[in-house]
Amino acid sequence: MFALIQIIFVRSGQTALIALRALRRNKLRSSLTALGIIIGVASVVAMVAVGNGAQARITSQISALGQNLLTVFAGSKHSGGVNSGLGSASTITLADAAAIAREVTDVVAMSPEISTTAQAIANGRNWSTSIVGESPDYLKIRDWKLSAGSMFTERDTRGAVKVAVIGSKTANELFGPLNPVGQSVRIKNIPFVIIGLLESKGAGMGGQNQDDRIIIPYTTAMKRITGDKYLRSVNLQIISAGRMEAAQQQLTSLLRQRHRLTAGQDDDFNIFNQKEIADTVNSVSRIITLLLGAVAGISLLVGGIGIMNIMLVSVTERTREIGIRIAVGAQPGDIRLQFLIEAVTLSLLGGLIGVLSGVGAAQLVGVVADFHAVVSTGSIILAFGVSTVIGVFFGLYPAHKAAALNPIEALRYE
Amino acid sequence: MNTPVIELRELVKTYQTGEVEVKAVRGVTLDIQRGEFVAVMGASGSGKSTLMNTLGCLDQPSGGSYRLDGVAVAGLDRRELAKLRNKKLGFVFQSFNLLSRTSALDNVELPLFYTQPLVNLRERRQRATEALVKVGLGSRGGHHPSQLSGGQQQRVAIARALVNRPELVLADEPTGNLDTRTSIEIMGLFQELNEAGITIVMVTHELDVAAYCKRIVVMRDGQVISDTLNGNRRTARQELATLNDAEQTARLG
Repeated sequence: MFALIQIIFVRSGQTALIALRALRRNKLRSSLTALGIIIGVASVVAMVAVGNGAQARITSQISALGQNLLTVFAGSKHSGGVNSGLGSASTITLADAAAIAREVTDVVAMSPEISTTAQAIANGRNWSTSIVGESPDYLKIRDWKLSAGSMFTERDTRGAVKVAVIGSKTANELFGPLNPVGQSVRIKNIPFVIIGLLESKGAGMGGQNQDDRIIIPYTTAMKRITGDKYLRSVNLQIISAGRMEAAQQQLTSLLRQRHRLTAGQDDDFNIFNQKEIADTVNSVSRIITLLLGAVAGISLLVGGIGIMNIMLVSVTERTREIGIRIAVGAQPGDIRLQFLIEAVTLSLLGGLIGVLSGVGAAQLVGVVADFHAVVSTGSIILAFGVSTVIGVFFGLYPAHKAAALNPIEALRYE
Repeated sequence: MNTPVIELRELVKTYQTGEVEVKAVRGVTLDIQRGEFVAVMGASGSGKSTLMNTLGCLDQPSGGSYRLDGVAVAGLDRRELAKLRNKKLGFVFQSFNLLSRTSALDNVELPLFYTQPLVNLRERRQRATEALVKVGLGSRGGHHPSQLSGGQQQRVAIARALVNRPELVLADEPTGNLDTRTSIEIMGLFQELNEAGITIVMVTHELDVAAYCKRIVVMRDGQVISDTLNGNRRTARQELATLNDAEQTARLG
């Protein structure tokens, strides 16, 4: 048994040597043949990396919204054919928000939201920014931290105190490098004391800058800034991702009941379910990744056919050589192995170079498009495995053809 | 010593070419003993090449029996035939059939590549070098066939035939592509090898060349029509000496 294994190993080694020598003799042809596989493997690796990168980016944007976030927006307002957009209709009240907090199970945090745009004046400068009224829970819901100072409290909200937490962009515009905490800012001529500075969060899902805003207690916003008793939206955090579906259903029926909507009427509010969006985006980007991978896989297949083509040419061209080898005692298996090793070497070599250039291409896309491509080990292993299988599969027929040659005719072949 | 190297009994070989059945060899009975040097002669179509292919285990006989060194060849599969060719036979072809772009030494080593049990690299090198020395090309191991003359290429082929110490060397028109002088040299090499105990069977259609052999078998229409010992044997060594003298004289004159 050991002797047999030894024979197989040493023989394969010797045969591999013959095969490699043959490949080296036809350098140009070998590299052109491998090019098919190189392109195939490189595109699989790069495409999947880009797809994964896109998915990771979108997922991180969604999770930057907060954890298990449900947002109820007031419906849109139509007047004279002009649609003012989500949250513009006056349908959700503070009483609605209170009822949601009280009756929808699994709500762990709630923040009523009022939003408007106003000129903020401080430090001798002025800047037009979003003024957002929220509850102290807002930072927890949005998973947002302060880089300085503190958030306003429940007591501040109850008392409609004139305190504000400022976004980093707004702070920079108004105060430059100065620490804004403790400074005063005037919004619609009302002075607010800045008690906290938000960490930078970057662009949101819609592309708007989330750092350009001033957050004040919602009570203060309603009383002193908008004078309105309706809310733009209510932000809710649900206890776990698994409970979000149920919470959304409860929320819908509660609001329909409170707004006295009959069965035929449309909702006068909209619910944004973070998990639903994340799931949709994930499945869409998964499909895109899969598609990209499939396209690349097809080019890998084409590369494999290229290998078969060249191997067939090679067998025909070397008919005489094969005849000589058979005449001096090569077994059919020796010949088969020789050509199989040639094919597999071509595709493995192509696979190796392909993986390297695929990773390189992915990095390049990352640099050019300011985008982090994620090269997955899985796609590398897959591409390698597939290219080996392709080498064996497309090498098998030419190898078999070579091994089956009749030595008498092969020796006579011109 | 008693078993003949080749033992043919009523050997028949037929080919099917399209509708027509070609009877290339029709009943050849022949024994060849160790140490013989046999020429198989005949016009083209006489069946000598077919006989040669069968003797070389490149082809299976259609009828009759063939024992090579006591082993019945009929019924062996491709693998066993390959093993027989590797161990017991050496081939020399008219067109040399060397691997181009491969050194002379590597060409000579080729049969050892396929020998079981395995021959390791060092032994392969050593045996190939010895075989090259035997044919007078000890210093040309690194040359490629394209860098060698026809005669030298045929010597490399002969070294390849000898490298695995075969029972029998089969030569198919070995001088067919060579000029007269080189032909005599190659025949001289065969005579030397034969004197050293190697059994040789050679196919040729030239009487001149057959005249160097010890025994001449003539075929016609697939049958042996004469099988005689060569009473009037040529000796290449002598002829070469004469030829050299003549050249010397010509140059002086």
